[in-house]
Amino acid sequence: MSEQVLLKNIDDPNGHKIETYEASGGYQGLRIVLRDFSPDEVIEEVKSANLRGRGGAGFPTGLKWGFVPKDSPLPRYLCCNADEGEPGTFKDRILMERDPHQLIEGMVIAAYAIGCRTAYLYIRGEYHLSIDHCQQAIAAAHARGYLGANILDSDHSLEIHIHKGAGAYICGEETAMLESIEGRRGLPKLKPPFPAVAGLYDCPTVVNNVETLACLPHLFRRGGEWFASIGPDHSPGPKLFGLSGQLKRPGLYELPMGMALGEMLEVHGGGALTGKFKAAIPGGVSAPMFPRSAFDVKMDFSSLAAAGSMLGSAGVIGLDETASIPVVARRITEFFSHESCGKCTPCREGLTWAAKILRRIEAGQGQVGDVDQLEMLCGGIFGNSFCALGDGAAWALGAALKHFRPEFDALITAQSQAG
Amino acid sequence: MSDARSLSDIKSELAAQVQQVMTRYPTTRSAIMPALDLAQQKYGGVDGLTYQAVAELLDVPEIWVFEVASFYSLYDRAATGRHHIRLCTNLPCLLRGAEALMRHLQQRLAVGPGETTGDGRFTLSAVECLGACELAPVLMANRQYHGDLTAAKLDALLASLADQPAEEMS
Ligand SMILES: Cc1cc2nc3c(=O)[nH]c(=O)nc-3n(C[C@H](O)[C@H](O)[C@H](O)COP(=O)(O)O)c2cc1C
Ligand code: SF4
Ligand code: FES
Repeated sequence: MSEQVLLKNIDDPNGHKIETYEASGGYQGLRIVLRDFSPDEVIEEVKSANLRGRGGAGFPTGLKWGFVPKDSPLPRYLCCNADEGEPGTFKDRILMERDPHQLIEGMVIAAYAIGCRTAYLYIRGEYHLSIDHCQQAIAAAHARGYLGANILDSDHSLEIHIHKGAGAYICGEETAMLESIEGRRGLPKLKPPFPAVAGLYDCPTVVNNVETLACLPHLFRRGGEWFASIGPDHSPGPKLFGLSGQLKRPGLYELPMGMALGEMLEVHGGGALTGKFKAAIPGGVSAPMFPRSAFDVKMDFSSLAAAGSMLGSAGVIGLDETASIPVVARRITEFFSHESCGKCTPCREGLTWAAKILRRIEAGQGQVGDVDQLEMLCGGIFGNSFCALGDGAAWALGAALKHFRPEFDALITAQSQAG
Repeated sequence: MSDARSLSDIKSELAAQVQQVMTRYPTTRSAIMPALDLAQQKYGGVDGLTYQAVAELLDVPEIWVFEVASFYSLYDRAATGRHHIRLCTNLPCLLRGAEALMRHLQQRLAVGPGETTGDGRFTLSAVECLGACELAPVLMANRQYHGDLTAAKLDALLASLADQPAEEMS
């Protein structure tokens, strides 16, 4: 097994305590940063280590931080995205429940790089234990001088506040999340301006995922070169994969990126629950599925993008021979339709119709032409949605239709022959 | 819900905690969600009187509070039972039998998703991914996750909850 970096203390019942964290090198990275690096040098180190965002898009973290204007007189904000709602994803919950100091230390480092003194940690409301453990971690870090005024006797000061979400997947979209922190409904906002320029309270803001921030303490304790040496050049660093669905050993795995999807499912996931795998979703339900014939695809940001899907949240969902793809497609589409914020027509109306048609096909009332209709809807939603929720929904449904059209047709043909 | 309490009762009961929450943000509007959450923890849900109390405590228009309360699904705007069972029906859970478990729960409780039993003991909800797919099929009973569910486990859970008061409203 490869070295466990992010999951080192995950099975320790005291892993969430600051003593455990410090005993395994915790807060050393922060000491090194405050002693040896200027904020700009932190950004450069993160760029050269090529840390890419773990929240969904794989955007280079150092580059994002670099967009924060240096000369702005406004306060800067850091917001950690712990809204984790992408079906198939549970990595951030496990990190926060069992080893939250990695995240707190990472937030202190990121805040130093962008000159931020107030940070918000946006945790979804159902994550009661994560909220408790992060709250305790913040208090413990304060007591040891890792948070608050003049951290470790430096000029850097930071307060972290937890903002509890309340059950809205769309608030994981960064601009919707900022609206939510401002006390509004979670509706996405037009970009540009990007949050780095005008984000929370119209001030320069960086939004990063939990796992992205949790990588930082390790990156600085062991160096950017060490970080870049793990996995492929274009997608380096320790990475968490959540394996779920119809496989024998669901769970959270830390593996280098670049492993074949099939190997991940067979070797780590323990193989299909029943018979063989039929298909798999590589990065949460927004990520287009692959049929078994494409299981040699490599699990990293660039390879998956080149293969027409994405690493997304790295929630890998196995579908075995017993899975009905029309049912899978219906459930995914219902999810997006339910979580659509309603702001733009293609997503709000298109997904409502797509879900209706999929339910009718499943109920044996499909009509000839339904699949074409679905494809047309996907084409109308994709590229015309205000935010990536609509695009992801259409993209995911489109892949199911493309790879498994005969399954949909069979349901419809069976019906038209019976009727 | 706020039962027989008056507006001034609610305001005085929430005032200290709301004041404290307000210090975290540069605007009072940002404190709407935390204030609603505090009210829900105290009264088990939110209603018109709560919106008014929160609006007055934060000195914001009441419509701002209602806008938020009606957007987010975790604010209970209707009375819920003593125990709220939220069964995840999203894909990873569906692939491991969530639909059959939902039928089982409906049968045992004699209510549909979104409904509360006549004796006020249970509210049943079908929810989206709970972020615990490694435990699929999974549900949340009040604040607690229960995973790797089977029909037998559901029966045992219902039996143990039936005799308990809710651990903590939320
Ligand atoms: C509909 C939607 C939901 C999202 N949900 C999440 C989420 O739960 N967690 C997350 O970190 N990013 C989520 N994202 C991505 C964020 O918008 C943002 O890109 C990310 O938090 C940036 O962090 P990173 O650069 O560290 O990856 C979502 C995006 C969309 C469009
Ligand atoms: S794509 Fe969907 S979720 Fe995004 S803004 Fe439009 S309606 Fe809202
Ligand atoms: S799909 Fe049920 S917890 Fe994620």
